[in-house]
Amino acid sequence: MSTRINANPNSRSRTLLLFGLVAALFIGTGFVQSWNSSLGILNMALISAIMAMGVNLQWGYAGLFNVGIMGFVALGGLAVVLTSSTPLPDAWRAGGPGIVAGLALGAATIGVAVALYKRLPKGRLRTVVMLAVLVGGFFAYRAVFDPAVAAVEANNPAAHGNIGGLGLPVLLAWPMGGLLAAAAAWAIGKTALGLRSDYLAIATLGIAEIIIAVMKNEDWLARGVKNLIGLPRPVPYEVDLQKDADFLARAADWGVDPVTTSSIVVKLSYAGLFAAVLVAIVVLSELALKSPWGRMMRAIRDNEVSAEAMGKDVTRRHLQIFILGSAIVGIAGAMMTTLDGQLTPGTYNPLRFTFLVWVMVIVGGSGNNLGAVLGGFLIWWLWVMVEPIGLLLMDGITAGMADGSWLKAHLQDAAAHMRLLTMGIVLLLVLRFSPRGLIPEK
Amino acid sequence: MDILNALVAFANFVFVPGLAYGAQIALGALGATLIYGILRFSNFAHGDTMALGTTFAILVTWGFQALGITFGFLPTALLALPFAIIMTAAFVLGTDRVVYRFYRRQKAAPTILVIVSLGVMFIMNGLNRFIIGVGEINFADGARFVITAGDFRAMTGLTEGLAIKATQAITVVTAVIVVGLLFWFLQKTRTGKSMRAFSDNEDLALLSGINPDRVVQVTWIIAAGLATIAGVLYGLDKSFKAFTYFQLLLPIFAAAVVGGLGNPLGAIAGGFIVAFSEVMVTYAWKKVLTYLVPESMAPDGLVQLMSTDYKFAVSFTILIIVLLFLPTGIFKGKSA
Repeated sequence: MSTRINANPNSRSRTLLLFGLVAALFIGTGFVQSWNSSLGILNMALISAIMAMGVNLQWGYAGLFNVGIMGFVALGGLAVVLTSSTPLPDAWRAGGPGIVAGLALGAATIGVAVALYKRLPKGRLRTVVMLAVLVGGFFAYRAVFDPAVAAVEANNPAAHGNIGGLGLPVLLAWPMGGLLAAAAAWAIGKTALGLRSDYLAIATLGIAEIIIAVMKNEDWLARGVKNLIGLPRPVPYEVDLQKDADFLARAADWGVDPVTTSSIVVKLSYAGLFAAVLVAIVVLSELALKSPWGRMMRAIRDNEVSAEAMGKDVTRRHLQIFILGSAIVGIAGAMMTTLDGQLTPGTYNPLRFTFLVWVMVIVGGSGNNLGAVLGGFLIWWLWVMVEPIGLLLMDGITAGMADGSWLKAHLQDAAAHMRLLTMGIVLLLVLRFSPRGLIPEK
Repeated sequence: MDILNALVAFANFVFVPGLAYGAQIALGALGATLIYGILRFSNFAHGDTMALGTTFAILVTWGFQALGITFGFLPTALLALPFAIIMTAAFVLGTDRVVYRFYRRQKAAPTILVIVSLGVMFIMNGLNRFIIGVGEINFADGARFVITAGDFRAMTGLTEGLAIKATQAITVVTAVIVVGLLFWFLQKTRTGKSMRAFSDNEDLALLSGINPDRVVQVTWIIAAGLATIAGVLYGLDKSFKAFTYFQLLLPIFAAAVVGGLGNPLGAIAGGFIVAFSEVMVTYAWKKVLTYLVPESMAPDGLVQLMSTDYKFAVSFTILIIVLLFLPTGIFKGKSA
């Protein structure tokens, strides 16, 4: 027995039509530009769709306003480095145990302080004891942690200087990315989830900046802004394919250029992997949404007070869905770093990694998984294609102007900045004229 | 033991920079808190409003400089400020007319307004890049120092110097004047009183015949003015880079929340609390301590609690502590 009103055929055909339109965009890009670039956009679109699913889980199902998405994406990337990069036994011997001990000491300090806060009676004594524990713990942590970090960073700083990874297969790093993001989300949710919505937004905005700051500055972790390249890949390298006799014979059979084909094959393999993850997450999310759990989440979202009166533990459910959503974002972050083959903390920008994902969810239709996926594909395509389209447009506008005039040069330079403007306009238009998104919640 | 030199070092590296930074944050937070009080949402586009206002000021400054108009030993940007404020206010009023008014009439939930402000943020950010680009721009001219470290040393004979940049002095003086004017306006004028009434209790204010559209318009104008002034002062003191302004959102919100959202006095106090904590936690205290303790106990390390890159962590920690223990801020702000 289903308690949900069955989707009417009208909305189903609308969904199909919209997805067909997006497919046409990608196929069109393939014909007009090249299949290589179309597939390149598709791969990031798949990852973006997964990120949008994570945000949709938090915002669409539960109404949690998390604008710290960038932080969880970055944590997923960090997980790839820690799981799959080459182990560095020297670095680990030099400072590994010290770093672990230092971090444990730091966590223990906070744990003891929290426990004291809960146990001791309210009053001056509690404040003094807590402060003493925190200050003492901080100095103890620095005393253990700092020399260990110095030792690790002194280990061949030109090439390494980081703690190294576990050397495990990179596909394993994706769930690890989810786990790392989930762990961070637990800590964040424990402190910040009680806040009301716009405070939560400001708090998560700050957390994301802190995560990026840590990844930029803690060189022992993943070499900071010196970046870390050469991460393993789950698919073959193009150059290896081009040397492979089997592959060359087949390319000759089909009468295609082996160099272009190798790159397309690699991109298609990535697309297959990413699509599998996306489908799995969509199916699980849909099942969750249709289960009693999903109905409870939406009941909480729509009226917290009455849900609480029905005996639902709102805080716990919020924490749960915050962790789940962040884990999905973390998985997507790990996939993105795998696709890039490198971790570059300097490139994480909240406009691109937090607010753009929000645009995807709002435009696609919050509360609807297919909507979030559609938003991910559509907005990512737009984000990439706005630049060439803008350039074409500017060429048209400036065609009548004299070559070398500063206005012409300025306008053509400015075409590169059309992206943000377009995204803002798209977001505002959808919010105004179709506030529930392109594929509204059923 | 050399208390005098320690004090001067403290003033030079902590107090003076903290005071100027605090004034800039406080002005930014005042704008954000006014919008929260009257329009009842956290405006995520506030950092970009600051950036856009500064962009206008830079353009006018360049125009003045091209015409050969300067402001003597003061930066030309101060002369450009009124024009920039008018342009920013006109832009913001346009945004309100085209975007926000629709949702206000619908009585949309605050979260929806926050998401709408994200859209406005994208547009402002894009426009700003469109107009002036993403590079770093220095537009300060005029005198560079009120007093240089060398002059101070020569004057006092101390080993430590105290340098006060002209932009720091200008920041503090401007902030005092602006805050004075704002409070006079809010306390004494009819419009200011109606704004406070509207902020305290919308329904009662409407019942007593206050025109809500007018209150909202005045609020936007004041917020645009404050944002432009804060942005220009910050840009004069450091330099202008659009992305840095976006990131100022965090300390600004932290200041507004610490002081109690919707409370102007709180926003000022919050601005200084956030700024001084940031400077003090990220300052390497070695120099000051070396003067204070006997030579044998002089510290080896930098005695820096956190590296400067973690300054966001400071605003954030203050924010979380205040929200957990004093949910409505130090001065009573709005809750729920």
